Formats: sequence, structure tokens, C-alpha cells
Amino acid sequence: MQLYLPIADIPVNVFLILAMGAAVGFVSGMFGIGGGFLMTPLLIFVGIAPAVAVASVASHIAASSFSGAISYWRRRSIDPILALVLLTGGTVGTALGVWTFTLLRSLGQLDLLIATSYVILLTTVGGLMFWEGLRALLRARRGGAAAIRRPGSHGWIHGLPLKMRFKRSKIYLSVIPVVVIGLIIGFIGAVMGIGGGFILVPLMIYVLRVPTSTVVGTSMVLTLVTMIFATLLHAVTNHLVDAVLALILMIGGVTGAQFGARAGQKIRGEHLRLLLGLLVLAVGIRFAVELVIRPADLFTIRETGGGV
Amino acid sequence: MSARASLIVASLVLGAVLAISPACAERLIVSVSNHRVTVTPNYSGEELVLFGSVEKDAQTPAGRNNYDLVVTVSGPRADMVTRRKERRFGIWINTDSRQFLKVPTYLALFSNRPFDDIASPEVQRRQQLGLNNVLLTQRVGPDFADVVPNDPFRSAFVRLRKQHGLYREEQSAVTFLTPTLFRTGIPLPGEVPIGTYDVEIKLFADGALVTRTETAFEIVKVGFEQFIANAAHNNGLAYGLVTAFMALMTGWMASIVFRKD
Repeated sequence: MQLYLPIADIPVNVFLILAMGAAVGFVSGMFGIGGGFLMTPLLIFVGIAPAVAVASVASHIAASSFSGAISYWRRRSIDPILALVLLTGGTVGTALGVWTFTLLRSLGQLDLLIATSYVILLTTVGGLMFWEGLRALLRARRGGAAAIRRPGSHGWIHGLPLKMRFKRSKIYLSVIPVVVIGLIIGFIGAVMGIGGGFILVPLMIYVLRVPTSTVVGTSMVLTLVTMIFATLLHAVTNHLVDAVLALILMIGGVTGAQFGARAGQKIRGEHLRLLLGLLVLAVGIRFAVELVIRPADLFTIRETGGGV
Repeated sequence: MSARASLIVASLVLGAVLAISPACAERLIVSVSNHRVTVTPNYSGEELVLFGSVEKDAQTPAGRNNYDLVVTVSGPRADMVTRRKERRFGIWINTDSRQFLKVPTYLALFSNRPFDDIASPEVQRRQQLGLNNVLLTQRVGPDFADVVPNDPFRSAFVRLRKQHGLYREEQSAVTFLTPTLFRTGIPLPGEVPIGTYDVEIKLFADGALVTRTETAFEIVKVGFEQFIANAAHNNGLAYGLVTAFMALMTGWMASIVFRKD
């Protein structure tokens, strides 16, 4: 069934977009990530202008992370205090990121910077997660000491002042690293145009030692708030949010996210991390290949306005 | 005195008319099947039909029947950038770029037979017959110019637009139903830009331009599509808020629908 999108200005197959939304929604519900790093390239592949894709994906991510967040809330696996502290850092980071974005664009080569940071970030994060997941899995297979969750390692992070108790997560932690992580995610998200969930989740697990049970839900809250703001910003500044496209993506996305969240609860923590690591790594490698291999077409066209 | 003056004026006008009239020996009468293409939610492109006839008059050389016709359809104009990737430090990055100024976003050229048979290369160039001869202004440093047809940026630009069906050239698309009655289809793929389209019809005989005429059609969004587009452009904040609210509602609905416990 073909439907003409009013802002993207092209007709698309509704079922194809629905399926794409559902698939990405499933992944995002399962791992507690936004999925923007998957959805945006898919939409561009279908023929939607990159700017419209980025702007519309933000609202799609908001919808699926909200539906995911609700079901995590019911399972009491969201730490509201932790989310709030992360958000304070996130807001500052986003503002810094937008400022840097403008600065970089005036210097040129922004595209290259985004592509290389995608590659570095995705392959490093993905590789690390995959490696860690694999080791945990092998440890469990060998029947040795059951995977040590939270080995109570009191690193330097735990020596920082301004400690507070995050009840739901059962951790007692300084607010400084939490705010800093929020700041980093906000910054990266604004510069690269992604929610940053796939970086946030491992950072929370490995640096803050937040138990896996509350990680996913809490990261969803952060994604939700960031993406609502991103939607508003895109709508006000670029007028490129395609509400019809967004609605189709959302319907597919929230459905997928529900099943994803359920699947995520059934899978063991190590498996989940292994899978997410693989996924992130795969996307990172795909971006790397694109940079290294000679492109099929060396030329690209972009409309720069000034029309009629 | 004034009578003589008017007589001079009249004869001057007559002279002027006579001077042009050999070129006006034929007249073209054309029409497009639809002058206003409306974009509705189920719009997925359309094919218009252009038909017309060649009207001869007393000045038409007797026995002239072998007409050639070239139809040029050009869509709304926009600035576009063509970029070229090159390998630097092992990775492919955009290095060089050219800006095309106010070029048609849609461009179609149709004729009844190959341009080479219709007119000499010189006439083809002057009358902009064929994608190779159409003027595509580039910004070259501080200057504005069109370059040779085999310029890598220009040919890449035309090739990429052709791949999307937005630039096309068909040298047998115009059919003469009778020696003077003709028709051609104008295919508009779904992604053609919204706006006004100019259609220029040129009539050739014996390798020379005989006459030309113009018509136009427009592609407009109506109803729902128009409402959304207007809202997004004129009330950005409200539009964004509604979209964000829609996102929350959709998420909330899903969690209710799929609630198990």
C-alpha cells in the first residue's frame, strides 16, 4: 500500500515502513537503546532525505522508549533518582553538543567527523561488550565460579565524594560520575544525532556498576527525554519532522518494543550483552567498510535550497 | 498630416509583421491532459499526456510535411551540490564539489526521432536539444558557467538524476498520429518535486526551428498533505508539540494494549 509522505515528499510502502519500525522497536525494547543508529540508515536507504529521516526518527524513538519505559516501570526496573541525576548532566551535555555541532559545521568536514566517530564509537563499544559477554558466557559454560555480577570492586569511582543512595538500583554512589556520564551522552547525542543508549547502557553497567535489572529501564527514560527535546528542536528549527512517517514508524516501533522488552526479560544478562555487543559491532564494521571500500558511485548530489 | 503619420506607422507595423511572418508559417496548438496534478495521500506519480497539432497557413511552403518535434519539460529550479569522493589516508571522503545553480529538479526531453537526425550539432546546442546541450549553470570559482557535456561533475549529476527518473531523455517518445497531429506522455515518478512545470514545444522542419510554444502545469499538495506541510512550516512549535504528544500517546496506548497482567 503506497502512501505519500507530506514532508518527505515521496510515496512509500506503508507495510515496509511498519516492518522497519517493528524490527528496530524490537531491538530497542530488548536492549533499552533508542535504535536511531539503525533506523536512520534504513530510512535513507528507502529514499527518504537524510535530514527528514534524522528529524522524524527522533519522535519514533520517543514513542518506543516511552512504551518500553512504561512496561519497565511496572516491573519496577526504573531508578527514577538515577534517571534524574543522569538527566541533569545530559541537559548540559546536549547544550554543549549543539554548540560544538554549529562550530564544526562552520569549519567543514562535519560529515567525515560524524562518520569516523560512528566507526570508532560503535566498534570500540561493540567490541568491548561482545568480548565481555563472550567471556562471561564461557565462564558460565565451564561451570566455574558463576558469573560474578557486581564483584563489589571499590575502584576510584567509589571513592568520590557527594555520595547518594540510589534505592531502586541498590547502589551507593557519588553523583559526580553519574552527572559526567549524562553529560557525555548528551554531548555525543547532540553532535552525532543519536540517542546514545548503546553507549549509556555499557557505561552504566561497567563504570557505575548499576545492576542489569534497572539499567535498561533507566536508560530508556533518558532516551525518552532527549528524543522529545530533539523532536521539538527539529520541528522548530528545520521544519523537517514528517508526522505521517513518524506515526507509521511509531506504530510499528511500539509494537516491536513491547515484544522486545518481553524477550529481553527472558534472556540472561550475559547473553543480552553479547547480542547487543554483536549488533553494535556489526553496524560499526558496516560504517567502517563504507569508509574504506571504494564506493560504487563516487558522486553524490545534495539539494542546497535556493529553489524556485 | 496626422493621416500621413498614421499611414507611415501602419506601413512600418505591416513591414515588421511581414518580416517576422515567414517564421510564423506554422502555429502550434498544444494542451496537457491535466494542468493541475493534485497530491493526495495515495499519490504515487502520474503520467500526463501532451497533445497538439501543427496548424499550417498560406505561408507554409507547399509539401512541407516532415516535421520534427522536441518537448522539454522542466520542473521547479533549485541549487544542488555534486560531491566527489576521493581516497585520503585510506578512507573515502568528499573532497571536491561543484554547485549547480537554479537547475531544474525535473527535466525531461522528448522527441519524435534522434536529435542528430532533427538538426545539426550547432542547432542542437543553440536550441538546447538533449541533456547534453541543456544549460546547467555551475559555480566555477567566482564565475558562473556551463561546462562541456563530458565534464565529470556535470555528467555525474545528469546520470544520478536519471537514475531517479528525474532527468530523462527519450528520442522516440513523441508520436505523430497524422503528419500534423502529435502526442507524447510525460511520466512523473512519485518523488517529483512539488511546484510549477514549464513545457516548451519546439517544431523543426528541415533541420531548422520553425516555431515554438509554451504551456505549463503544476503539482500541488491538497487537503491533508497540504495541511500537514503548512502546519510544519508555519507553526513549527505547535507541530513539534503535537508530534511529541502523538509519540507519547502511541507509546502509552501500546503499553495498555499489550499489557498482560
